[in-house]
Amino acid sequence: MSNLALIAMLLMLMALAYHLGLTRSRAVASHRDVRLHSRPGYYGTLVALWCGLPAFALFLLWSLFAAQLVDTLVVQQLPVDLVASLSDRELQTLMRRIAALADGRGVAGGGSPEELAAAAHMARLETIGQLSLAAVTAVVAVVGLVFARRRISPHWQARNHVERVITIALGASSAIAIFTTIGIVLSMLGEALRFFSFIHPADFFFGTVWNPRFSSAGAGAQGQFGLLPLLWGTLMVSVIALLVAIPVGLMTAIYMAEYASPWLRSVAKPIIEILAGIPTIVYGFFALTVIGPFLSMLGDLVGINIRTTSAMTAGIAMGIMIIPFVSSLSDDIITQVPKSLRDGALGLGATKSETIRQVVLPAALPGIVGAFLLAASRAIGETMIVVLAAGNNPVLHANPFEAVSTITVTIVNQLTGDMDFASPQSLVAFALGLTLFVITLGLNVIALVVVRKYRQQYE
Amino acid sequence: MTLSIEQRREHRLTTIEKSLARRHRKENGFRRLGLAAVLAGLTLVTILFASILTKGIPAFWQATLYTEIHFDPEVIDLPPAPVREAGETPYAFNERHTQWMTQVGLVNWQSLIDASLERALGEEVEPRQLRDLRALVASGERYALRDRFIADPSLLGDTVTIKMLAGADVDVWVKGNIDRDLPDARQQLSPQSRAWIDVLQDEDVLRQSFSTALFVNTDSRSSLASAGLAGAFMGSLFMMLVVIALSVPIGVSSAIYLEEFAPKNRLTDLIEININNLAAVPSIVFGLLGASIFIGYLGLPISAPLVGGLVLTLMTLPTIIIATRASLRSIPPSIRQAALGIGASRVQTVFHHVLPLALPGILTGSILGVAQALGETAPLLLIGMNAFVANVPGTPLEQSTALPVQIYLWQGNELRNFFEARTSAAIIVLLGLMLSLNALAIWLRKKFETRW
Amino acid sequence: MDTSTHSPSQAPSAATPSVSLGNGESRISRAKDKVKLKAESVDVFYGDTQAIKSIDLDIFENEVLAFIGPSGCGKSTFLRCLNRMNDTIDICRVEGRITLDGKDIYAPERDVVLLRAQVGIVFQKPNPFPKSIYENIAYGPRLHGLAKRKAELDDIVESSLRRAGLWEEVKDRLDKPGTGLSGGQQQRLCIARTVAVSPDVILMDEPCSALDPIATAKVEQLIDELSESYTIVMVTHNMQQAARVADRTAFFHMGDLVEVDSTDNIFTNPQDQRTHDYITGRFG
Ligand SMILES: Nc1ncnc2c1ncn2[C@@H]1O[C@H](COP(=O)(O)OP(=O)(O)O)[C@@H](O)[C@H]1O
Ligand SMILES: [Mg+2]
Repeated sequence: MSNLALIAMLLMLMALAYHLGLTRSRAVASHRDVRLHSRPGYYGTLVALWCGLPAFALFLLWSLFAAQLVDTLVVQQLPVDLVASLSDRELQTLMRRIAALADGRGVAGGGSPEELAAAAHMARLETIGQLSLAAVTAVVAVVGLVFARRRISPHWQARNHVERVITIALGASSAIAIFTTIGIVLSMLGEALRFFSFIHPADFFFGTVWNPRFSSAGAGAQGQFGLLPLLWGTLMVSVIALLVAIPVGLMTAIYMAEYASPWLRSVAKPIIEILAGIPTIVYGFFALTVIGPFLSMLGDLVGINIRTTSAMTAGIAMGIMIIPFVSSLSDDIITQVPKSLRDGALGLGATKSETIRQVVLPAALPGIVGAFLLAASRAIGETMIVVLAAGNNPVLHANPFEAVSTITVTIVNQLTGDMDFASPQSLVAFALGLTLFVITLGLNVIALVVVRKYRQQYE
Repeated sequence: MTLSIEQRREHRLTTIEKSLARRHRKENGFRRLGLAAVLAGLTLVTILFASILTKGIPAFWQATLYTEIHFDPEVIDLPPAPVREAGETPYAFNERHTQWMTQVGLVNWQSLIDASLERALGEEVEPRQLRDLRALVASGERYALRDRFIADPSLLGDTVTIKMLAGADVDVWVKGNIDRDLPDARQQLSPQSRAWIDVLQDEDVLRQSFSTALFVNTDSRSSLASAGLAGAFMGSLFMMLVVIALSVPIGVSSAIYLEEFAPKNRLTDLIEININNLAAVPSIVFGLLGASIFIGYLGLPISAPLVGGLVLTLMTLPTIIIATRASLRSIPPSIRQAALGIGASRVQTVFHHVLPLALPGILTGSILGVAQALGETAPLLLIGMNAFVANVPGTPLEQSTALPVQIYLWQGNELRNFFEARTSAAIIVLLGLMLSLNALAIWLRKKFETRW
Repeated sequence: MDTSTHSPSQAPSAATPSVSLGNGESRISRAKDKVKLKAESVDVFYGDTQAIKSIDLDIFENEVLAFIGPSGCGKSTFLRCLNRMNDTIDICRVEGRITLDGKDIYAPERDVVLLRAQVGIVFQKPNPFPKSIYENIAYGPRLHGLAKRKAELDDIVESSLRRAGLWEEVKDRLDKPGTGLSGGQQQRLCIARTVAVSPDVILMDEPCSALDPIATAKVEQLIDELSESYTIVMVTHNMQQAARVADRTAFFHMGDLVEVDSTDNIFTNPQDQRTHDYITGRFG
């Protein structure tokens, strides 16, 4: 019996259980002429849950472990000396051949006698497994059904039980967010620690040279894994991006909130917000094909040689990307400054811009700083723009018109191509990722705290 | 020492009047600065779209040859295609079929194309010029010809007009995307090929035609002109299905829990802070998570849309949770109180009364989350979805790439003056999909907008 | 509507030297004859709805004029017309003519900056800037360049705070945030902030409605003192307050200025039935 058929069977049993619960509860109600605690539908649902949940849990557990169990049993059955003579990879190939023989696909040459025997054994085991699984789940389902159906009585608080199950399911969903964070931290920490078993943390965090070499060339731990050039490049690109995004974004927000006519606001706001929805790969391409060549043309005009890919190119593109982010956050924050403060300044005879600069912005400062921090964290974690437009040159230098490399670019470089989780060349990506995670997390937490404080101030 | 009120007033008016002009100049300057910022934003949007559209739109049309191909039986010398016999194992049939396919593959399909071009040009082409001739046609066309024959073996002996993609270099030349005055050494096509192109264009054998290849083909390395988006599209589609199937139910459930059921305690606070932070974690970190846990630890296949979908699900969850919570919060408490008041339980209140009202907001948030996931690139690079894949994936477990990743791969192609346009066309397709999703979200919001 | 009760040419009626008021407090009234602000058939619209209907009113120099009337009748709206604070509301439109010292304040060449320096305003809810007490007071003078030197500014801050009766309470903590003061202190801070620019007229929109009785008494006393040298127009919904501090009182009803007269007359001998109903508590 295939898994699909089994699932179908369970679903059908659940439907039956629902129906039985429903009719039984109605019968109980009319027979004893009492009011049920819950409406019959809840009794039906509850019986269906009793029938289905344990059976499905069993089914899931089985699916997770059955294949391994069968493999182990088959390997045990193989001649011992044969198994001993094979390497891990060869054993895998053998198992794949046996599996192909077992499910009737066949292999070239028809397979050796041992293989055929093992395949037959495997097929038998699988059949037994499937049949027993079907039997066991069916029994569990029916037992659950009968048990729950017999418990039906006017006092049984079916609705409360059903609702408990629903609430628990909802709560379990919200735990996934926590598990994601734990997953991120644990996975990166684990791999990063493995990396630090090759490279001393001090050499990583304070190293000024990035030259990891290639793991395939057998370089192993000989490469140099200095974080500083990457951190520097990240900072340089992010600072340029913020220098572009903050003035434009903030002034856009101010103009939209304080000056723009309703018509302009209704037209310009969505258009600028389009910038926020554009995938970063598109900005990368834009940087590479428009901004870079434009900068180098400008360079030619002034007589200096500017490369198309540079910190400047990537920074400007990233700045454009963050403009709507900065402006919508600032807009929220500026409009939260109470009108009474504005009126206070205007009533003293301040002009609009004086009111904004001297009263509104200082009052909104904490919130705006929070917004800038969030923008900075965005810039630091941005990947595709820098991959395409920053030029990948992990060297410490101070010229924004030269190529740089960043943490994110390096993560991509080190993890694409051969994925070899045993070499420091790949593992360093996780150490870099951890660094990135910690930096952005720090910025976000500070920003959220600042913004929250700010909100409370005007609540 | 203190001035009298009257003195101050006198003094005040004159002082203020003196500075007024300067203050108003500043005011105007500030306002213009704001306007400049807005205009800068608008200009950037315009430049961005203009550059992509002007580059990309022409790529939807491609230089195409319309020539008569003669399926010459002398060249195509083959036994009939094998049919599966009763009792034959799949393996054995496979063997026979493969053998036949090998024979088909050995047929010199290229010579059919060469011959048809010779006819179109009206001249005999010398063997040493064959290279120049073959540069005219996309190299994948001989396989297209083969597949056409496999699909319909009765073509043997017929002569049919067939549409073939011209080579990528031809397309570049015809569209003027390469400087025609460059010296021969720096041209991608030989003088002979270029001369032939002119002849074929004059005879209307070579013309621009809508590039279906872009939509129905997968990526190609050998035949650049026929590289298409079909594989990437399917990969993205599978990923989005995974994302929708997982992130919407989980996201909505957890939002409901947090907003309607969760007790106000430290744990709930923690989850809340945690979700806000997850929303701001760089996407590449999710890629690392996928590489280490889904691929390294759980052993899921590399380059599979399933894994991509899982990674994007985790990334999209916070967006959906936050949007759903906002939507739930906007439902006035009076509705809950009314339902609770008539004896409904918390669960009933939420599912029967609150959720239906919050649905438009939830849908909008979910669509926007999915649109965002559709455009994500970085995490996919880390789980191997940038591998070159020549087949359209049939299941979410097969190797595949995705639309944004395809853009990444194409923009890096050596043949810049062909692929810049091709990449822009792919970007147009991606942006088109994302904009449609956004438009759908906006439409939903407008349609169901309620004011409380 | 009976327009005769508030003809613009009406002379100030507070000629009697002393007025006995409800709470027994007594107050010397000053002779006032110069028209400071003059409104002529002023209409105000919010979008399509009319909030003020053709109001004519003279406001005399150094008098305290109170606006009373049921909530929503347009008192604040009219008050805000007097220094063009309504300009900050997009949908608000003012028609008619308002003059300050004979010059139209809505004339195109008129500068609102200058106008608002002459006609200051204090709001219902105290709204100190999130800056230090010193900076709150110094803001106006700084803005207008009224002090050349730090000493001058210090002087203005001190005298303004003294005028507002706040100096003794805050002189040791001038660098502390103004938002840290109590509600009554905040409101007096806002009054001091307005006074620091030395306006001719001070508009007050229910300045005590957010304050407790003790703070209210202090602010009322302050208004009384300020009336020596400032023209004060205040909105209040508290009739006792009007009776205590105002020389004249104007009664508004649904956008109309029903009548304006000496406070005594309004409270003891109202001409209009609506005024009578209002002060006897029939509505409002
Ligand atoms: N900003 C505004 N927008 C629209 N209508 C307003 C606004 N401010 C006041 N109004 C309307 O104008 C009328 C007068 O309001 P207001 O002057 O505040 O009354 P009062 O101060 O006498 O209580 C009211 O009907 C009110 O609804
Ligand atoms: Mg009012």
